[in-house]
Amino acid sequence: MPYISNTDAERRQMLSRIGVGSFDELIAAIPRKLRLQGLLELEAPLSELEMSRRIQERTCGNVCVQKASSFLGAGVYDHFIPAAVDTIVSRPEFFTAYTPYQAEVSQGTLQFIYEYQTMICELTGMEIANASMYDGASAAAEAILMAVRRNGLKKAILPASLHPEYVKVIKAYTEGIGVELISCEANAGITALDDLTAKMDASVGSVVIQTPNFWGNIEPLSQLEKVVHSNPKTLLIVAADPISLAILKAPAACGADIVVGEGQALGNSMYMGGPLFGFFATRLDMARAMPGRIVGGTLDKDGKRAYALTLQAREQHIRRAKATSNICSNQSLCTLAATVYLSLLGSDGLAEVATQSTQLAHYMAQKIASVPGFSLVWPEVPFFKEFAVNFPVPARQVIADLLNHGIYAGVDLATFSQSDHRLLIAVTEKKTLAEIDDYIETLRELNYE
Amino acid sequence: MSKTIFEHSVAGRRGVTLPRRELNTEVRELIAPEYLRESAPRLPQVSEMDVMRHYIKLSHRNHFIEKGLYPLGSCTMKYNPKVHEALVRHSCFNNIHPCQPQSTLQGSLEILYELQKDLAEISGMHQVTLQPVAGAQGEFTGIKVIAAYHQAKGNHHKTRIIIPDSAHGTNPATCSLVGYDVVELKSDARGRCDLEHLKSIVDDSIAGFMLTNPNTLGLFEDQIEEIAAIIHGVDGLIYMDGANLNALLGIVQPGKIGFDVMHFNLHKTFATPHGGGGPGSGPVGVVEKLAPYLPVPLIGKNDDGYFLDYSHTATSIGKVHTCYGNFAVLLRAYIYIKMLGAEGLKRVAENAVINANYLMALLQDHYHIQHTEPCMHEFVADSLWQKKEFGVSTLDIAKRLLDKGFHAPTVYFPLIVPEAMMIEPTETESKESLDAFAAAMLEIAQECRENPELLHDAPLTTPVRRVDDVRAVKFLDVAFSPGE
Repeated sequence: MPYISNTDAERRQMLSRIGVGSFDELIAAIPRKLRLQGLLELEAPLSELEMSRRIQERTCGNVCVQKASSFLGAGVYDHFIPAAVDTIVSRPEFFTAYTPYQAEVSQGTLQFIYEYQTMICELTGMEIANASMYDGASAAAEAILMAVRRNGLKKAILPASLHPEYVKVIKAYTEGIGVELISCEANAGITALDDLTAKMDASVGSVVIQTPNFWGNIEPLSQLEKVVHSNPKTLLIVAADPISLAILKAPAACGADIVVGEGQALGNSMYMGGPLFGFFATRLDMARAMPGRIVGGTLDKDGKRAYALTLQAREQHIRRAKATSNICSNQSLCTLAATVYLSLLGSDGLAEVATQSTQLAHYMAQKIASVPGFSLVWPEVPFFKEFAVNFPVPARQVIADLLNHGIYAGVDLATFSQSDHRLLIAVTEKKTLAEIDDYIETLRELNYE
Repeated sequence: MSKTIFEHSVAGRRGVTLPRRELNTEVRELIAPEYLRESAPRLPQVSEMDVMRHYIKLSHRNHFIEKGLYPLGSCTMKYNPKVHEALVRHSCFNNIHPCQPQSTLQGSLEILYELQKDLAEISGMHQVTLQPVAGAQGEFTGIKVIAAYHQAKGNHHKTRIIIPDSAHGTNPATCSLVGYDVVELKSDARGRCDLEHLKSIVDDSIAGFMLTNPNTLGLFEDQIEEIAAIIHGVDGLIYMDGANLNALLGIVQPGKIGFDVMHFNLHKTFATPHGGGGPGSGPVGVVEKLAPYLPVPLIGKNDDGYFLDYSHTATSIGKVHTCYGNFAVLLRAYIYIKMLGAEGLKRVAENAVINANYLMALLQDHYHIQHTEPCMHEFVADSLWQKKEFGVSTLDIAKRLLDKGFHAPTVYFPLIVPEAMMIEPTETESKESLDAFAAAMLEIAQECRENPELLHDAPLTTPVRRVDDVRAVKFLDVAFSPGE
């Protein structure tokens, strides 16, 4: 039997040491009528070799982004991952460790979390980050809940430019405690200042601004911030792309109160969208209202530098029904990948990734707008690595046609209940000019106009 | 003292090279300067070898499964098979984008479909969602489903959920998040739910009941039928916290004995690694009448193949994750189930129970154990004797175990047992490994008698000595200042 060491002979020995004659005696507390008669109906067990074959068969049903040229994004991005990342992340010392509850034998985990928190603070400009949330969406939802704890105002504004899946998760997370979600229009691909101004009042507890937003456009954060803070109690929650923060202004410098975001792009494979991880950062004066684990530096008994989980009185295992969140396990190993990734790249390397993505995305945007029948949806708005394009035909048709040419054309906005003639195209530093030119050339040949 | 990665920084060093630029446009020609940052974030500037040496050095400061026994109660720290890791890293899994056309995801969707079915069979539930990415998010999803059920029935007066005093902290925290008030149920002298107390607190305001079975004392809640009758009698629903499912695999199907909703912890029961605190995975199974409320999408199958099924969107609680859950974790659990099969899973439960009882038998003359009847997969000892006679606490014993190369048990939990040490060896530990742990515990019991000071000083041999977590709160230091 794989993974179970004890033999039948050892089992008998152990049962006899326990003082029972059979396993059945040990589970006498389970009434017989509650027990399963016979075996579960599962497939017969596979050996390791058979399992490998099975997995090989299943992978044949997938077409990965290495077999096709991918321009897919919408929150999950295909950035380059240096080999050293997986080498560290695969170490059993990190991989099979539990939550660092016993600090003395968990300093490795605790210290990398501390380093990760520092890096998130550097990118966002904030003062304190937690050890991670499940994904960008749940981080945004938890930020709204934190705002309610801080100011008691159960109203949050969500602009139309926010990721639609974030909106769904936010709704699920906030409706239980009665948070009213107010939508705010977008104008020219960014949050509409006039509509936001109209919807701001003394009862608004928080406003979530995603930048670059769902469509890739960069929001005018400084202008929006003035409107949001027209009520001094309202918290500005910014959802950011961490790669963009190598070149874009840190949200803290624009007056953000809480900064969250999807961290997958930092050294984590896509895996069909899971695991992802959410980062969460804020100001020190709000530390005690934060959700999630936080690691702090301290000393050991000999006065040596050491790390420990801190501010645990906020958490479910201490505070139970009054905890700031129910989160326990987070996405720790994904943040290790991010920490190693950011160490390998450094600020210059990360800026290079951001710069090349920006250059290539703008090159492609310009090219695609020159194809007859195609145009940028918002040509006047600054964007980062992703942009929306108007198509002369339903986007799904172009997606199917380009797939035949080995290209994942982009994300159909119709799948998010938006226009079916619009495609969201993401370009990372992994794309080459040749791939982009090939995409454009194929579009021209297909001649949709 | 271990330096931070920032302290290894040397201006100009880089750990990776990127392709030469193909374009020469400056970013500030493309994005207006008002949006651009003026100073770069202070990330480390280090070589690849600097990075490797630093993190390998940190890795040596961790306890982990391959190093030794990890008897954390209710955490099910079993061995994580390496075949999972080899297969999961296939480029046709890790290079898959969630927005790809479904025709290009058939392999992954088929795996998820099969896993949904297998988990439904294992739990005796009608339908399973794989979307929740952690146990606590599974709880949240399950309690949201309960709320949606009551809302659909117009049960607006149902505002309370009952939770035993032995429950994990996530249970009450989850109920608060969903908007329910928590009513705490007492445990009886047998370590089970106090039925008389239950009857006295149940009324029509009860929306549900959250029960961990086996409970956190390692005891099977043998009155589940009576409990179900009482809760169902007021149209309440019963939630099973599946943290301890390991003990029931192939022995009891929770969906067949009165539970209406449950979550699985794939990173416990199904051997996916815990990663120092995640990513985990917390699928949720429900009985037929609750299936309409599960998150969207489920994974469906029709004549064209496998597909993301949004057909119940109108009744669904919506989404709890940006995409479809932690695929890479789900895949490991799939492999685990396929390789063990029905007999293997049953064997897992049996050996987990035997191992726990064997360890309890070895320890019970040396440590006080409140409930000495046979346990399931774990048991709770305490340091009552050591504390009273020698002034040695559970914390001291836990720290001394670290010196002896073992991880400590879960300590000071469940809250209903003073000085608790909750011990779960799991089925993957061998007899000699359990003997070694018991020998260490006996040595410690002897040290308590002969040299209690030693215990207060422990640990002595770990990478750092006892860590001052009070100081960590008092002088909050949560980020390194790279400028220092």
